Amino acid sequence: MQAIALYITQTIALIRKEMLALLKDPSSRALLLAPALMQTLLFGYGATYDLTYAPFSVLDQSRGATSTELLARIEATGIFARVATLDNASQIAGQIDSGDSLLVVVFPPDFESRLAAQTEAPMQVILDGRNSATSSAAASQIAAIVGAYNQSLGATSPISILRRAWFNPNYESRWNLMPAMIASLSMLQTLMLAALSVAREREQGTFDQLLVTPLTPSQILIGKALPSIIIGLVQSTIIFLVILFWFQIPMAGSVWLLYFGLVTFTIAAVGIGLSISAVSLTMQQAMLYTFMLIMPLMLLSGLLTPVRNMPAILQIATYVNPLRFGIDTVRRVYLEGATFADVATNFIPLLAVAAVTLPLSAWLFRNRLS
Amino acid sequence: MTAPTVEAREVRKSFDDADTGTVAAVDGLSLSVRKGQLTALVGPDGAGKTTLMRMFAGLMTPDGGALSVLGIDVARDPQQVQDRISYMPQRFGLYEDLSVQENLDLYADLHGVPMDARRDRFARMLEMTDMARFTDRPAGKLSGGMKQKLGLACTLVRSPDLLLLDEPSVGVDPLSRRDLWRIVQQLVDDEGLSVIVSTSYMDEAERCAQVFVMHRGKVLAEGTPDALRERAHGLTYTALTPPGVAARDLQARLIDAPHLVIDAVPQGGNVRYILQPDEKAEEVAALTGEITTEPRPEELEDAFMMLLRQQEDEAPASAAATRPAAVVEGTADGKPVIVVRDLVRKFGDFTAVASTSFEVRRGEIFGLLGPNGAGKTTTFRMLCGLLPATSGQLDVAGRDLRTARAQARARIGYVAQKFALYGTLNVRENLQFYGRAYGLGRRALRDRIDEMTEQFSLDPEAQSGLLPGGFKQRLSMAAGLIHQPEILFLDEPTSGIDPLARRAFWRTITALAQGGVTIIITTHFMEEAEYCDRIAIQDAGEMLALGTPREVRELAGTDGARDMNSAFIAVVEDARARRSRAEAA
Repeated sequence: MQAIALYITQTIALIRKEMLALLKDPSSRALLLAPALMQTLLFGYGATYDLTYAPFSVLDQSRGATSTELLARIEATGIFARVATLDNASQIAGQIDSGDSLLVVVFPPDFESRLAAQTEAPMQVILDGRNSATSSAAASQIAAIVGAYNQSLGATSPISILRRAWFNPNYESRWNLMPAMIASLSMLQTLMLAALSVAREREQGTFDQLLVTPLTPSQILIGKALPSIIIGLVQSTIIFLVILFWFQIPMAGSVWLLYFGLVTFTIAAVGIGLSISAVSLTMQQAMLYTFMLIMPLMLLSGLLTPVRNMPAILQIATYVNPLRFGIDTVRRVYLEGATFADVATNFIPLLAVAAVTLPLSAWLFRNRLS
Repeated sequence: MTAPTVEAREVRKSFDDADTGTVAAVDGLSLSVRKGQLTALVGPDGAGKTTLMRMFAGLMTPDGGALSVLGIDVARDPQQVQDRISYMPQRFGLYEDLSVQENLDLYADLHGVPMDARRDRFARMLEMTDMARFTDRPAGKLSGGMKQKLGLACTLVRSPDLLLLDEPSVGVDPLSRRDLWRIVQQLVDDEGLSVIVSTSYMDEAERCAQVFVMHRGKVLAEGTPDALRERAHGLTYTALTPPGVAARDLQARLIDAPHLVIDAVPQGGNVRYILQPDEKAEEVAALTGEITTEPRPEELEDAFMMLLRQQEDEAPASAAATRPAAVVEGTADGKPVIVVRDLVRKFGDFTAVASTSFEVRRGEIFGLLGPNGAGKTTTFRMLCGLLPATSGQLDVAGRDLRTARAQARARIGYVAQKFALYGTLNVRENLQFYGRAYGLGRRALRDRIDEMTEQFSLDPEAQSGLLPGGFKQRLSMAAGLIHQPEILFLDEPTSGIDPLARRAFWRTITALAQGGVTIIITTHFMEEAEYCDRIAIQDAGEMLALGTPREVRELAGTDGARDMNSAFIAVVEDARARRSRAEAA
């Protein structure tokens, strides 16, 4: 009993020391809050796929009442701004290549006559696939306008749209970036924090001083991991609050479940960070390893590109990526209102990563050959 | 008479310090260095030696005064000076991944040494440094002493008109130190090179033609070693240690009377000391009492200590830290607290420590000595549980270090070579952390922190990272002693600190030993071995000598018996010669 009490007080001493060292240093103190807040705002405003301004040009070879009416409706949205009226098809490429137009609307010469003949009358929308997300949003908007027009005609003469996105034929629209930030942005910081924690002490020589105390590897592990976990969760909370109240993205699921997922995810991330830290002899080394790791973690997470689109072998690789399951859990709980049963399988890989990396780093603290 | 190599008139240089405002590192200093000879700058830490060196080298411009080097105004034309001098800073920038030869080539390229001149110069440098065998070895794999020699060789790839060496022998073992000086001496004799060297070793200053004693940015005294030595004439004595008394206890008695004794150090089993000039015969007689004393010839170190003590307004710093520290239960009872049997440590194929056995008794001061890369650091790290042993038995404080590491660690204290506490925390927070890590209760912790801050005169609220060097070391000591350990491990605690601070430090150590704490210490200063009860000399992983300082001196034979430095060199060279004979046979 006394031994347990001693174990706990010693561990708390280490946690206090870690927190104190972090909070007392003005530069690291600023790093705890400012980047999370700034990055959330940047992502919220900067990294948007929402369509607010779409320059387009027109090649109207039919010059009929219907094409004029459709163009008027498109321009009336206030989003589409006609930047050029083209005379022939050879000018299309120039418009898209230069980026002057996001899309080109083409009405073929027989557009009006086909409509009159009650047959299918295709109009063409040529999109800049380099800017796939925005193009696809623009295309859907035009489809909606055309659909509405079709309805106003009565279903008698449906106009079909033939979409063709240049450079990127399989574009996909994504809009759920923000909730994923709760997991990914805080991971950036926790990973770095954990990776530097032991490496800093090794570099400054304080780790030897720590290793000669009676603290056991498990105590050092807890003492090093908990502060990083706490700071990771504080950052997640900041991002969460900004998204919920500033950007007003409605939260569908349970806050408890969201945090349960975040805690598990952060523990796995800290485990990876501490493993990096335990093998590094200097802060520079730890920083390099972290940067090397962050890119694949982000790319293989489903943050920007869906995991199911990846080649099979990469899909398998994503199973050791806690960020994949962190983001999935947060997204589904936040947006879909998923229950624990829905996301339970996400916890298995997260716990597995933690179960490997945490004991590994504890072992490495003492057995890293210098 | 030829023009002086360096001529300084009222040179000043200040630095801005966030805490204390402007600090004058060099404060209206004037000196004149003669050509073609060895000149030494000596002085305590913070005397301004390095700043002065950097100004000579044109790396810093003086704030005021006139400074000419080789007849050139350095402030006006630093490049012209730099083209003609060579400067070796305290940490020379060797490229660790490049081989010895590649480092030489690189520095020759950087200095634009013509190809035809290189061959002879390289051959001479490699011969002088005795490194011709290692030209292919990466610089990072060399021992500390060899790195320093390579640094010197790289500095000397061209023939300079003036060589500046800034504390070249800090952290270098006696053998490499001797080699280094042999090289410098040879250059002065053969080429008439002018050399300015800063050092805190008085035996090195003694080799120079001219010595400047610096203190707080000024020249305190200058002259030939003989002239300087003269200042201590008639004040230097040796106290013969009576049987059954440790030399360091006698030393403690003498140094604790600063109004009568300027300085006292153990040497050769006895204690050499300096009396205050205004002799008070009866008082001195009362202090020495029954002890036999005899006059001895004065040395440069005596004069240096006299000069410095006269400058210190306050009582010697040692007085602040002399209160006998926590007496551990069961004091010096002669029982072994460390038992090492057949200890082996291998790194791959390389055997760093080969089958070593020894015991350390409670209350002993045990010194681990050895050249750089001899295995003493490895042994030391194994003893305090930082490095697992490959094989062998290792009991520390009655616990087997291989099975009960945490329990064994609870009973030891450790002071690292460089400051290894948390710089952003203040003194109290650091002590609190270590106290709690050792499981001290709330009350006990508060009492211990009060005791420690008082004993080491530390301000509990001061930020640790901003403490001056000497106070950082006191804090490290306080942290290492917070849990009243049975054994205290000290890793080169006196490396790079001046004689004054070293005296104070050793006074603390001897007080601890009197209180029953066992001390394990590594050091490069051989005279410090005289404070130890027993010492062990290691080289190439093997134990070469083990015993009291007297025994080790006797082992070294007649020529080595005089002082510890020559004894050490004799023991190591003897063993190396034996080994190479055995290899040849």
